[in-house]
Amino acid sequence: MNSLTTYIIISIVLFLLGLLAMMTRKNAISVLMGVELILNSAGLAFVAFGRFVAGNLDGQTAALFIIIVAAAEAAVALAVFLNYYRLKATAEVDKADALRG
Amino acid sequence: MLAIVLSILLAPLAAFALVIFFGRWLPRGGDWVSLIAIWGGLGLSLYLFFARILVAYNPTFLENFSFDWLVWGDYRLTVGIALDNMAVMMLVVVTLVSAVVHLFSIGYMKGDPRYSQFFAYLSFFSFSMLGLVLADNLLVIYAFWELVGLSSYLLIGFWYEKDSASDAGKKAFITNRVGDAGMLVGILLVFTVLGTMNLREITEGVAAGKLSGGLLTTAGICLFLGAVGKSAQFPLHVWLPDAMEGPTPVSALIHAATMVAAGVYLTARIFVILTVDASLVIAYVGGFTAIFAATIAVAQNDIKRVLAYSTVSQLGYMVMALGVGAYTAGFFHLVTHAMFKACLFLGSGSVIHALHHALHHAGSHADAQDLRNMGGLRKRMPLTFWTFLIATVALSGVPLTSGFISKDAILGGTLAFVMEHPVHWPLALFGFCAAALTAFYMFRLVYLAFAGTFRGSPQAESHLRESPAVITAPLIILSTLCFFAFFTLPALNPTTPEGGWFAHLFPNPPRAYETALSGEHAAVAGHGAEAATESLHHTAHNAAMLISILVAGLGIWIATLGYYWKRISPAYWQTRFGVLYRGMFHKWWSDEIYDATVIKGTLGFSRLLAWFDLRGIDGVVNGSAWLTRWASVVQGWFDLRVVDGLVNRAAWFVGVWGKFVRRFQSGQIQRYIFYSLLVVGIVVVLNWFGGLR
Amino acid sequence: MTLLSQIVFWFFVALTVVSAAVVVFHKRIIYSAFALLFAFFGVAVLYLFLHADFLAAAQVLIYVGGILTLVIFGVFLTAKITTLDIPQLTHQRFLALIPLVLLGLGIFLVFYTVPWPSVQPEITPTTQRIGELLLTRYLVPFELASVLLLAALVGAMRLARHFRQQEGD
Repeated sequence: MNSLTTYIIISIVLFLLGLLAMMTRKNAISVLMGVELILNSAGLAFVAFGRFVAGNLDGQTAALFIIIVAAAEAAVALAVFLNYYRLKATAEVDKADALRG
Repeated sequence: MLAIVLSILLAPLAAFALVIFFGRWLPRGGDWVSLIAIWGGLGLSLYLFFARILVAYNPTFLENFSFDWLVWGDYRLTVGIALDNMAVMMLVVVTLVSAVVHLFSIGYMKGDPRYSQFFAYLSFFSFSMLGLVLADNLLVIYAFWELVGLSSYLLIGFWYEKDSASDAGKKAFITNRVGDAGMLVGILLVFTVLGTMNLREITEGVAAGKLSGGLLTTAGICLFLGAVGKSAQFPLHVWLPDAMEGPTPVSALIHAATMVAAGVYLTARIFVILTVDASLVIAYVGGFTAIFAATIAVAQNDIKRVLAYSTVSQLGYMVMALGVGAYTAGFFHLVTHAMFKACLFLGSGSVIHALHHALHHAGSHADAQDLRNMGGLRKRMPLTFWTFLIATVALSGVPLTSGFISKDAILGGTLAFVMEHPVHWPLALFGFCAAALTAFYMFRLVYLAFAGTFRGSPQAESHLRESPAVITAPLIILSTLCFFAFFTLPALNPTTPEGGWFAHLFPNPPRAYETALSGEHAAVAGHGAEAATESLHHTAHNAAMLISILVAGLGIWIATLGYYWKRISPAYWQTRFGVLYRGMFHKWWSDEIYDATVIKGTLGFSRLLAWFDLRGIDGVVNGSAWLTRWASVVQGWFDLRVVDGLVNRAAWFVGVWGKFVRRFQSGQIQRYIFYSLLVVGIVVVLNWFGGLR
Repeated sequence: MTLLSQIVFWFFVALTVVSAAVVVFHKRIIYSAFALLFAFFGVAVLYLFLHADFLAAAQVLIYVGGILTLVIFGVFLTAKITTLDIPQLTHQRFLALIPLVLLGLGIFLVFYTVPWPSVQPEITPTTQRIGELLLTRYLVPFELASVLLLAALVGAMRLARHFRQQEGD
């Protein structure tokens, strides 16, 4: 059972969960957590493909870079979020409707 | 010779120019300028007359000076002077009468605020009249014709402060215009057919048969229409009595002697081309006018009115004479009439002048021209009386006067004509009846004015006195010329002009058109001294002479009975023939008839046109305005509803769509994520199933 | 694989997935945050199973040590007592399943239909090899990544300072 398919399914599941979190959670932190989930699933997929299809370390390297970027992004995102919180006095994403047309 | 003629013609024009512009600053208002011009003209005219005409003693004397004015194609317009016996005779008559009138006016118009303007106008008239008689073609005659008419208008309405005077001036000019229109038609007719307006060439053209028959008759009658207007023949006589509103010198000069004679002069000039039919028309018009006007003169109370209608009547005589072919007689009467009529008018002017003066001093506002305010003037104004009487006698046709000869010649000619064509007997009747009436009303006038006792206040009477020399001298001059001998030299027959210079110089000219017409026409055409009916003519002449003496005597006798011996009561006869009297007094309602018909007709027509303009044209304009307004309303609606509607609908549409789409832009990111993922998912699935290209 | 390894494998798979579910569905954020921790760990173990030893370590270090810490800090800083009892899922929780299903289906189908080649690489420690790769083949991305980190660092500091200043009033 240690096949590519397994890992890919896991990856898909994680991805969908992450997406669900992004789309449905009210709290902005929750949305960020969803994003992290998605990133993880992507990394997992990369590594799985690297292991089973490519045969070299390209997959892992890609996953590594994902981690790096995720870190940077999380930092900035949280900074933004904290400013948002200061401004709106709430963590709810729905409240960010200043661009409402 | 040309220089002399031009000097005679242009001196008055120069005088006019000088006086009208500079009269204000000239001493005495510049009357002497006009005086010199006209007396100089008289002198030169007399010179021409004696030194040329009488010396030449040629009936066909003619000196022509002309130049081509306009030439195009077959048409030629020449302008020039034709100096023949008639022209010179007219020069003398015009300058003589004008000269004495100038002199007279110095006394009569003294103190008038526009004194110099009067003399300027007199000079202008003189120039116009002289030009008229000197012209050798119809065009120039027409031009001067109009100028004479203009002068008449200016002079009649000289005292334009009076409404009656300015109205009279207008009436004169307008009535003349009617005649002139006909004359113009005649001129154009002749010109169209013959291609020339030169009198000599016209005569030649007619003689050559280029213009004949009905067309020639029409042309003749049309040209005569001008004479009808200018010489105040019936039915265009209405302006002359009204023209008496002008100063008396004007009446004497223009409306007795010269301008009104222009019509007769014109008829004499075209005499040679008048057909039988045209001549008949002319004769009847003249004859009827003669009796018609005489009847009116009988009942008038204004001294100038009597003389005015008398003038109309005498002009009728002249016209009738020309109509029956008595050319010499007609022209002769023109000359003699000028003398004694001018004398009569100036005499009446003297009377009026004196009466004005007297009434003014007596503080009375009575009419100085009304015969009923006069009487017994013989004692106060002897010179005026005697000259007046002489002229009256001449007018009445009493032997030994020039008037007798001329009138008799006319009656003789008419009688001869009637004897040859008995069907035209009314002409003779008209002539003799008018003669009787003429004698009657003239003596009535004399008796009422000069005989008996003064009918005004004694206070006024005491101020009556004879007029000054400038007024009486002309009277003397003119009355002297009423003596027959002046015209019959070298013969001294008081009964006929035969043997005299006048008859010699102005014989009946042969007609220009072919005499090869029907027998009756030929007989009429050949009428005159040279006709084969010489004996007939003599018989007629003698008979006429007798009859005219009789009728004149009758008229004088009745007048004396009524107004001098007071045996008959005029008042009685007035009531006895009430209707007739009223008719005569009211000039047979000529003016009233014209007013009711012509004037009201014209006014009615113009009212109709005005109505049409108001309703029709304004209606169209208003209608178009309404239409424009309506159209703009429609357009406005269209613009508002349709165009704006489209725009609004489009905007609404966009709005609705926008509102719909707007709902998707919630500003909420999670929504956006959802939408995008939804689309991606759909695309992926579609790709799997359909395979997107 | 041996049975033991399979059990362990599937245990960690379950851990990961369940933790992820908790992250998504739990009402209280703090619980979500901690579930995320476990999810990260789970993924790290799965990396081990895929012979990515360095990566697993990096995952734990960075994700758990860095990011999760940040997240928890964020949660603490913005937690309000009043928000605790309201449902944490938005109104579109059911609607969202549609694209999810579609997407999931699509991805899976795509994956499934492609004939992936299969290799059996040798199992070696990867740390040295990754290090070498980073400095040779992936030098540019490596450098770029460092620039990125620097930018993120500066940016985060800038933003946070802004926040800090406000907080300090």
